[in-house]
Amino acid sequence: MVVTCSPHIRDNASTQSIMRDVLIALVPALIASVWVFGFSALLRVIVCVIFAVGSEYLFEKACGRPITISDYSAAVTGVLLAYNLPPELPLWMAAFGSIVAIVAVKQLFGGIGHNFANPAITARIVLLISFAGPMTTWVIPDTVSGATPLGLIAAGELEKLPPVTSMFLGTIGGCLGETSALALLLGFAYLLYRKVITWHIPVFFVGTVFVLTALAGYNPVYQVLAGGLLLGAIFMATDYSTSPLTVKGQIIYAIGCGFITFMIRIFGNYPEGVSFSILLMNIIAPHITNLTLNKPLGGVSK
Amino acid sequence: MSIKRLSGAHVPHYKNTASCAPVRMPAPAKVTIPMGMHIGAPCTPVVKVGDLVKVGQVIGEAAGFVSVPVHASVSGKVTALTEIQVANGSFAKAVVIESDGEQAVSETVVPPVVETYEQFTAALRASGLVGLGGAGFPTTVKFSVKDPSKVEYLLINGAECEPYITSDTRTMVDDADHIVKGAMTIRKFLGVKNIAIVIEDNKPEAIEIFRKKTADIEGFTVEAMPSLYPQGGEKVLIHNVTGRDVPEGKLPLDVGCIVINCTSLAFISKYLETGMPLVEKCITVDGSAVANPQNVIAPIGTALSDIFAFCGGYKAEPKKILLGGPMMGIAVPDDSVPLLKNNNAILAFAEKEASLPATTACIKCGRCAAACPAGLMPMQIERAYKLKNVDELNRLKVMLCMECGCCSFVCPAKRELVLVNKLSKGMVRAAMPPKK
Repeated sequence: MVVTCSPHIRDNASTQSIMRDVLIALVPALIASVWVFGFSALLRVIVCVIFAVGSEYLFEKACGRPITISDYSAAVTGVLLAYNLPPELPLWMAAFGSIVAIVAVKQLFGGIGHNFANPAITARIVLLISFAGPMTTWVIPDTVSGATPLGLIAAGELEKLPPVTSMFLGTIGGCLGETSALALLLGFAYLLYRKVITWHIPVFFVGTVFVLTALAGYNPVYQVLAGGLLLGAIFMATDYSTSPLTVKGQIIYAIGCGFITFMIRIFGNYPEGVSFSILLMNIIAPHITNLTLNKPLGGVSK
Repeated sequence: MSIKRLSGAHVPHYKNTASCAPVRMPAPAKVTIPMGMHIGAPCTPVVKVGDLVKVGQVIGEAAGFVSVPVHASVSGKVTALTEIQVANGSFAKAVVIESDGEQAVSETVVPPVVETYEQFTAALRASGLVGLGGAGFPTTVKFSVKDPSKVEYLLINGAECEPYITSDTRTMVDDADHIVKGAMTIRKFLGVKNIAIVIEDNKPEAIEIFRKKTADIEGFTVEAMPSLYPQGGEKVLIHNVTGRDVPEGKLPLDVGCIVINCTSLAFISKYLETGMPLVEKCITVDGSAVANPQNVIAPIGTALSDIFAFCGGYKAEPKKILLGGPMMGIAVPDDSVPLLKNNNAILAFAEKEASLPATTACIKCGRCAAACPAGLMPMQIERAYKLKNVDELNRLKVMLCMECGCCSFVCPAKRELVLVNKLSKGMVRAAMPPKK
């Protein structure tokens, strides 16, 4: 006879089913990426996933820990890292980034749920600092190699900006998974429908950038559609283990992400600030949780 | 004023036996009646081995204010005074009675004279009634109110939010008149103005019946609530109906509410009519290992194995047996344990339902906190428990956990959060300064 603590029934959702949903939500952006950048985009995604999953397997094997690759979280990290890379980045750099994400950022801190920083974001920053050139060499579809919309805005060459429709569909320069707002929003809708995430972080993150850039005299629509804002706000800032656990905390965190993104984009040396803003807010996320604990029913302070 | 309803979990309903009118099983050959079936001091046995007893006769005297007597549920001979391990792990004295099959009723079973409030609470004590919703709190204590004018709401709990269980549903459908009459009796003695029966919307038949029966009664409302577990939790119910929150360390009475289970209320009416104390219980018998799931009326103290046998026995080898529903029920080590006053279901699961999925690492998704009706943060409590940090456990208000099971139910990593909360509460209690 089995004797266990109640409850004796459990919901069907599992870590695996949640991560599977995230992968499904990333499919529209993959399709858009292949359509815009061609086979090279797909190849980078495949390399990143193989090295992410492979390094998780080998690391856990070497440490004698239970193998967790079947929860798909390493695959999600691989896809997200690939989406944050330029479409023609040398493959070995992409592979190196995946290993950094899984081994240095995730596994060394204890594996899934224990990392304090988003693995894909951190690996992207490592690559950006290590290989500044290749990480900022963009391929512009149908035109010559040149700058991204954010690069053009930073350089003040507003007349060269692509039309808003191109930016919405994704036929612009940028990282391979970030350019199509339409595809990312489809993924967002799916995540909301499946209740994987709530709307708070993406809406407050993007909303903050929209409002602040508008107040600063920039075209807020371009600011929202350009760069990695949608990808970051929907898929990276909402990472469970690196964002606050309370709704109030998530709102504060998202506004913080938006504010830092705005500061870097408008006043910083880098044209793009989404990755840095998420990483910085990741670091203080546990403190935000701690300061915004839910109020228990009937709880009285003593 | 609109009330923001509390969180919960969308648990499956499995109300397979909702249409099964209860069947009274014949007296078993033997019953084992524990002396502690309520919260509070266990009873003192007042029978000896060899005594002949009849149905309704007192066999255990109440031993304190928070205690009610225990009665013989079969007629026959006392064959042993023993000690058994009850579901919470503690040991309790028990009286074993061998049934003579006659079910002769004791001469002491006569309708009580109830004209004053004191006589009413005395009758409740004599009836042996404990909260039939599951908690087992002596009902007489609940109604021993110093100032009846403070009672603004009588809330009748017909939510029955646990999966599988339909015994309250049957009471509401088959015995609605006794529920209404019981409420009127309480109104007579306490003068309570607002009466509401709270029913989850997955029981439309019961809702319909009570809308009809209470339409002409002033201040008697039917609250159809969404089927969101744990709608029937006492504090949840009070919040969702009145918008009031029972403060930490206080009772429903402190916010002007008394909550009573619908079957308890029907029992009060019947007791006042007949004087037959609480000696039998309608329970839902279900689960994948049971041949004929149904609602059964069984004598208190009947071994679960006898009740399952009455329901056609096991159709698969039982691997887990529960006293109560799957969300809060207690798994018992074998089917020889007796039926208690506050049981409302016994479930037997075969292999598949008995085994739980493996636990994996917490991914900090926050679902446990989002589902917690008490607004707690189970993932934080688990961390504090691992660090043995009692101050942090107190800051996280772990003592407010009602152990409803929503957190463990929704957890995608299948963590045993309720277990950790229970252990944490024990850790906090152990660290409390001893009462002087």
